[in-house]
Amino acid sequence: MNLTMISKSLLIALPMLALGACSSNSETDAQSTEANKAATEAAAESTADNTVQTDVVEAVALTEEELLVQEYTYAILETTVRFGFDKSMIQPRYTKILDAHAKYLMDNQDKTLTIEGHADERGTPEYNIALGERRAQSVATYLENVGVSSSQIELVSYGEEKPVNFGHDEAAHAENRRAELTY
Amino acid sequence: MLLRLLLSFSIVIFSAQASARLEILITEGVNSARPIAVIPFKWLGKGPRPQGIAEIVSADLQRSGQFNPISIDKMPKTPSNSSNIDFSLWHDMGVEAIVMGEVKPAKEAGKFTITYELLDVVTGNMGMPEYSPTLDKRRFTVEERKFRHLAHTVSDYVYEELTGEKGAFLTRIAYVAIDRKSTHPYQLRISDYDGYGEKSVLRSKQPIMSPSWSPDGKKLAYVSFEKRRSQIYVQNLYTHKRELMTSFSKINGSPRWSPDGKELALVLSKDGQPEIYILNTITKALRRVTYNRTIDTEPSWTPDGKSLIFSSERGGRPQIYQIELTSGKTKRITWEGEMNLGGTITPDGDNLVLVSRHNGDYKISVQDLDSGELRTLTKTELDESPSIAPNGSMIIYSTVFQGKKGLALVSMDGRFKANIPAKNGEVKSPAWSPFLK
Repeated sequence: MNLTMISKSLLIALPMLALGACSSNSETDAQSTEANKAATEAAAESTADNTVQTDVVEAVALTEEELLVQEYTYAILETTVRFGFDKSMIQPRYTKILDAHAKYLMDNQDKTLTIEGHADERGTPEYNIALGERRAQSVATYLENVGVSSSQIELVSYGEEKPVNFGHDEAAHAENRRAELTY
Repeated sequence: MLLRLLLSFSIVIFSAQASARLEILITEGVNSARPIAVIPFKWLGKGPRPQGIAEIVSADLQRSGQFNPISIDKMPKTPSNSSNIDFSLWHDMGVEAIVMGEVKPAKEAGKFTITYELLDVVTGNMGMPEYSPTLDKRRFTVEERKFRHLAHTVSDYVYEELTGEKGAFLTRIAYVAIDRKSTHPYQLRISDYDGYGEKSVLRSKQPIMSPSWSPDGKKLAYVSFEKRRSQIYVQNLYTHKRELMTSFSKINGSPRWSPDGKELALVLSKDGQPEIYILNTITKALRRVTYNRTIDTEPSWTPDGKSLIFSSERGGRPQIYQIELTSGKTKRITWEGEMNLGGTITPDGDNLVLVSRHNGDYKISVQDLDSGELRTLTKTELDESPSIAPNGSMIIYSTVFQGKKGLALVSMDGRFKANIPAKNGEVKSPAWSPFLK
């Protein structure tokens, strides 16, 4: 999964928002300056005579995934779309996933999505490269129809060369017919 | 400098001997082949006998599917030259021909002189002095490390004398090996046609596909995903020099050298769906060959270089078509089966070798181009990537054998079959070299 980079940018953005909220409280400005004086003195004293000690606890923070989920639903964490044999149509159960990624891409115009197309091993490697690309294209078309800019999307087909299941049965084939979304 | 950069990243080009070796296991077709006697060559020197030549010749002839060499313990005698041979002993066993020879130290230190003789048993058995039973007789002087190649040379002479067709024993195969435990799982390897002398010529962290030999046997074109996208490279096998041929957006695939070695037919999808193009390898001039709204892929040249055959979905399911390059005239050439893919015309131009799907099974098949008759050659499953020996006698292809992807051989008449399982990992995408001598 390649969502780490997205989440990192969110981690930077969130504390910035918090800072903004603190400084906007203008009514209590004078009072707080007074209070601050006292607090500074008190802090200096206590450090000097060492009668109290303070420590911190770690803030209860949301995980990278939770932040994304909050904004884009759980579907954003799903990055695989599977296909029927010799098919490249998007099945309805994957539209939630693609809608979440589409929203993310529209919110983050600087992000680029690479759609990897894959096929099962049946048929020739060259034909499977073409089939893999057709699947990746099918995902790209869906995202573009929702409103994602085509400049944010790149396609690469690996055909049958990168199976996730190395078996040769029907179950393995079904798992290997897929498009993978990577940022 | 490019090479040095690549070495430190995802690609390693090297020429070290790899340990794995492919072994050919014959599964079908020995009994119907012609009986022949390949007698161990007599060692006339002192000290230990150098490595055997007859053993290699015998294995070559057996793997051709045309000959059935009798075992040494069944031989009535083991003569080493043609004087005083009792041909009736061999004739009674049904043996058609005898291969024999002698090995002795040459005058030059480290070299050996090898003589070989091929005798026709029927002529010899007639005992008519005006007809010599000797079909071929030659002498060679080589170092011991060249014995394997010399043995393949002898096999070529024997095969050509007895069948009238050129032998393809002094050829190589290129293929992709996948060893998922390795730091560079995808490896482009080359070995002699019989699996000996295996070497890796490229190792990558990302897939390698579609090796194609230049007609002079010196270069390979292939597809590499080392930059996380498909690109076509040409690599000189003797100098390590690599040259990037195409790196367009989307598919860069399926390169095939033209018979004159100047152009590559290939597939690009930069203009939409996969289409066939021809690239001049020197000027890099590119011209588009097919214009179609469906998938066109797997170009392969006809032996005269005037046409390409390719797979296309223009009629629904993929079938094989032929396009004449000057006129652009296109015709469909396969009609049987649920779908047909991966076509190559045989060197004589008479047949089309392809992958044909019947009842959901993908099998190597051959279609007579005159009659249109399609014959299934294999009993294996999930067959793909057929590549024809330069003499047109045999097809090497990729298949699944005992749950693992490996290579297999089948003769053009379908009678001879052999498996070439991978010792570790998987092997696929075989490409048979042209004649190397």
